[in-house]
Amino acid sequence: MNGLLIAAVGVLFLVLMALIYRVFMLVRVAKDTKEPNAKDSRVGMSNKVNSILFIVFFFVLFASIFAYGFSEKVKYILPESSSIHGIEIDFLFWLTTAVTFFVFIITHILLFFFPYVYRYKEHKRATFIPHNNQLEIAWTIVPAIVLTALVVTGWTVWSDITDPAPEDALHIEVMGHQFAWKVRYGGKDGKIGKFNYMKIDPTNQVGMDFEADESNYDDFMYNELRLPKGRPVLLKIRSRDVLHSVFLPHFRVKMDAVPGMPTQFWFTPTKTAEDVKKELREINDPNAEAFQYKLACTEICGGSHFAMFMNVSVLEADEFQKWYDSEEAWAAKNVDYLKEKKIKNIPSNLASN
Amino acid sequence: MSDTTHHDDHHDHEHHGNFWTNYIFSTDHKVIAKQFLFTAIFWAMIGVGMSVIFRLQLGFPDADLSFLKPILGKWIDATGKLDKEFYLALVTMHGTIMVFFVLTAGLSGTFSNYLIPLQIGAVDMASGFMNMLSYWFFAAAGVIMFYSLFIETGPASGGWVIYPPLSALPQAMPGSGLGMTLWLSSMALFIISTLLGGINYISTVINMRTRGMSFNRLPLTIWAFFITAVIGLLSFPVLFSAALLLIFDRSFGTSFFLSDIYIGGEALPNQGGSAILFQHLFWFLGHPEVYIVLLPALGISSEVIATNSRKPIFGYHAMILSIIGIAVLSFIVWAHHMFVTGMDPFLGTIFMFLTLIIAVPSAVKAFNYITTLWKGNLVFTPAMLFSIGLISLFIVGGLTGIHLASAAIDIQLHDTYFVVAHFHLVMGSASFFGMLAGIYHWFPKMFGRMMDAKMGYFHFWTTFIGVYAIFFPMHFIGVAGFPRRYYSHTAFEPFGLFTDLNMFISTAAILTFFAQFVFVFNFVYSMFKGRLAPANPWKSNTLEWTTPRFPGHGNWVGAIPQVFRWPYDYSKPGAKDDFIPQHIPYSETPESNLPFEQKLAEFEKQEQQEGIRIQKESQITTDNNENV
Ligand code: HEM
Ligand SMILES: [Cu+2]
Ligand SMILES: [Cu+2]
Repeated sequence: MNGLLIAAVGVLFLVLMALIYRVFMLVRVAKDTKEPNAKDSRVGMSNKVNSILFIVFFFVLFASIFAYGFSEKVKYILPESSSIHGIEIDFLFWLTTAVTFFVFIITHILLFFFPYVYRYKEHKRATFIPHNNQLEIAWTIVPAIVLTALVVTGWTVWSDITDPAPEDALHIEVMGHQFAWKVRYGGKDGKIGKFNYMKIDPTNQVGMDFEADESNYDDFMYNELRLPKGRPVLLKIRSRDVLHSVFLPHFRVKMDAVPGMPTQFWFTPTKTAEDVKKELREINDPNAEAFQYKLACTEICGGSHFAMFMNVSVLEADEFQKWYDSEEAWAAKNVDYLKEKKIKNIPSNLASN
Repeated sequence: MSDTTHHDDHHDHEHHGNFWTNYIFSTDHKVIAKQFLFTAIFWAMIGVGMSVIFRLQLGFPDADLSFLKPILGKWIDATGKLDKEFYLALVTMHGTIMVFFVLTAGLSGTFSNYLIPLQIGAVDMASGFMNMLSYWFFAAAGVIMFYSLFIETGPASGGWVIYPPLSALPQAMPGSGLGMTLWLSSMALFIISTLLGGINYISTVINMRTRGMSFNRLPLTIWAFFITAVIGLLSFPVLFSAALLLIFDRSFGTSFFLSDIYIGGEALPNQGGSAILFQHLFWFLGHPEVYIVLLPALGISSEVIATNSRKPIFGYHAMILSIIGIAVLSFIVWAHHMFVTGMDPFLGTIFMFLTLIIAVPSAVKAFNYITTLWKGNLVFTPAMLFSIGLISLFIVGGLTGIHLASAAIDIQLHDTYFVVAHFHLVMGSASFFGMLAGIYHWFPKMFGRMMDAKMGYFHFWTTFIGVYAIFFPMHFIGVAGFPRRYYSHTAFEPFGLFTDLNMFISTAAILTFFAQFVFVFNFVYSMFKGRLAPANPWKSNTLEWTTPRFPGHGNWVGAIPQVFRWPYDYSKPGAKDDFIPQHIPYSETPESNLPFEQKLAEFEKQEQQEGIRIQKESQITTDNNENV
């Protein structure tokens, strides 16, 4: 079906082109073009044809682009953001889009209609207008004001987002490597233990440095990024090999993962996937049932960059807490490893196992 | 005296030289310009061809690509699938080739070389020899890059921005081995080429303008080329240093950009480097590079639009000021490419403000173009069509720049297809259109023949529709969150729903690609079989149209014309014709002179007396020299 559609569009395109070419050829036959230098007529019929084509272009192409955009908006516009700051980002996006759309329409009406209105006429002269100070000042100042307004609103949002995370935020470590993500929670004490890349090995994949920091002992890892609904979350992001970037499209979150330079991003998840599905059903999104939060990599990191995903889920606060408390610490699961590594400060409750 | 003799030996030698000195190792700016042009067209076919191949992968992920085996060899596997690492190599090579080889060398190399001497009234570049070296360094860079396409491990594949550590560690991907070494060597040569060219353009514009060609009588093309060269001279060395540091990190165990890395089962000893430092260095060139690519295109379209509107460019001085403003600002906005690298949010704020300031001169330029059309008498030559198309693309692409410049919005859009759409419109397509406009407009001067206009119209409309059909839908995919540099979009559910749109884009890309062959045919055919060009086919004011149909070495036969007026006296009230070339003195046009020009006319008369005397003297010396 789709293939057919594409083929149809392709054929249409070709036909259109052939048609345009044909028109020009006919015009050429009808009115053999003179040298552009020739005294009597500087331009042929094609001058008019070209000028009309701009208007046609304006209506046909732009109208179809926007018609497609509007009719398929459910498909392309992400569900309403699942984070608090994301709502503001979206607002900014649509505000900017509205302003730029307005400018687009105005400039393109002028740009695509002037060709027809002012197309060459033999006995006419262009008006000699080298400049006009009022106009020029106006169109320097007006964009400056509009842009300032946009920047200032943008800046308030940006500074809210980049403010330090609230005290009670849940810390989660997200580490990227070729080609997967590792997620670590702080365990009982909520503190994520220190790491040292020299300690990384096939077992201790994130390089927890047990000797340097005892708060590593209760940390646990999980194969999915689980977030509590309604509680601020601080992602502590790093990479152990090349650059990666944590992208949570539905939460409007993105931050690069840089080896040697930990970064962070905090936000507050507000909806579970079920909540989003409900919203999608309401707007009759055919793909509502398949909805799933994901973490994607957005910094090229090698051959499988395109497949570097992790599932993300948001749990109701109490449910989250229950799950969090029930997870067994990584150290407890890997006591043999700790012993084998001759770690000195293994807590007695683990060492005795 | 011995100096001049030497020069003239050289001069003679050029005239009667053999094939090699005339066409290959020529020091004539016109020949060098054509060398740049042919090379750029060659690279454009390769670069765009690559995009068609990876668009096949994106648009038709299930298709059997075995038919590409003859070209791609082992990069197509047994089941007819494109290798995923080679996909990235294609993307990287495509970006590098288009940005540097086609739009930097192709635009500045061709048009700065061709037009600077011809439009300012100079016999050649300040240093013909350096100019020749500039081309041959570029050619050598091209040979190395081309060679890298065929090596066992594949060409560089970490993206055209070659961020380390990916680009520094051969363990990270095969393309970061020999391919990356070759990329860096090639770019080093390329930078040398750009610098040699730039120094030449700058010194030629400053020192070799003909009598009367003051800076406020320079055509906007020259202003654009001049400022572009200045930007290049200031920014390319920074890329060079970044590349050099990267070479050290790769080959000599230093840690400029590397720290805390565990890869391939081993922890590397490097500590204390900063991967982000590289990005600062890269984008310190990278952002100005956008304008290095764009400004010449805007300069070309200024000239083309004024000529074909039969009307002065609107706000000549505002245009110059905005070029200069853009040039200055382009150096202090680079970190808008790095909002989400974890750099200090306050720095992000500063760069957001600076970036939006640069939108103002850009907007001024756009408005000036539109107002130039207003009340004009528009002749739609293919060059004019491409210039109008350029303005449209420049506006549309520029407007989405406002989204991306806002740091908060960029959190969501960074490294998605929205960015791909944005920069392809504003920099890729707009500059490409500028280049095509330039070719159509100056072809008659370059080859003494006219290109076929009808084929030009066809080329324009297909390309214009094609470009919008390819790049506009990418905004939608970007808004949906689809990241760039993804080999496949089917691997991931939320991003997997755009197969039909991707198919549409790919189809449009293929058709647009084939439409370019109409241009290539027109170009080659007209070079040999085109109608002979009249002296001034577009009735233009600038000096290049006062040269003979086939300008020889030295450009003008006899004395170089003197310049008396600005280049935009089109449709001046009272004038006999709707254009008055720059070399016509005010004293010859009393009917159209403005009051202050009337005074200049008086002044001219006195000057001319002196001028004739001087000319006579110099005529005598040249005659003598010719006879040596
Ligand atoms: C028919 C014409 C073209 C098509 C279909 C095309 C298509 C594409 C696509 C789809 C990508 C993104 C690939 C990805 O991120 O996965 C891309 C990347 C790119 N293109 Fe083009 N492009 C075209 C012409 C141009 C031109 C004229 C330029 C000149 C500036 C250009 C410069 C770039 C650059 C710099 C990149 C980024 C490369 C990277 O990510 O390292 N392209 N192109
Ligand atoms: Cu990645
Ligand atoms: Cu930039």
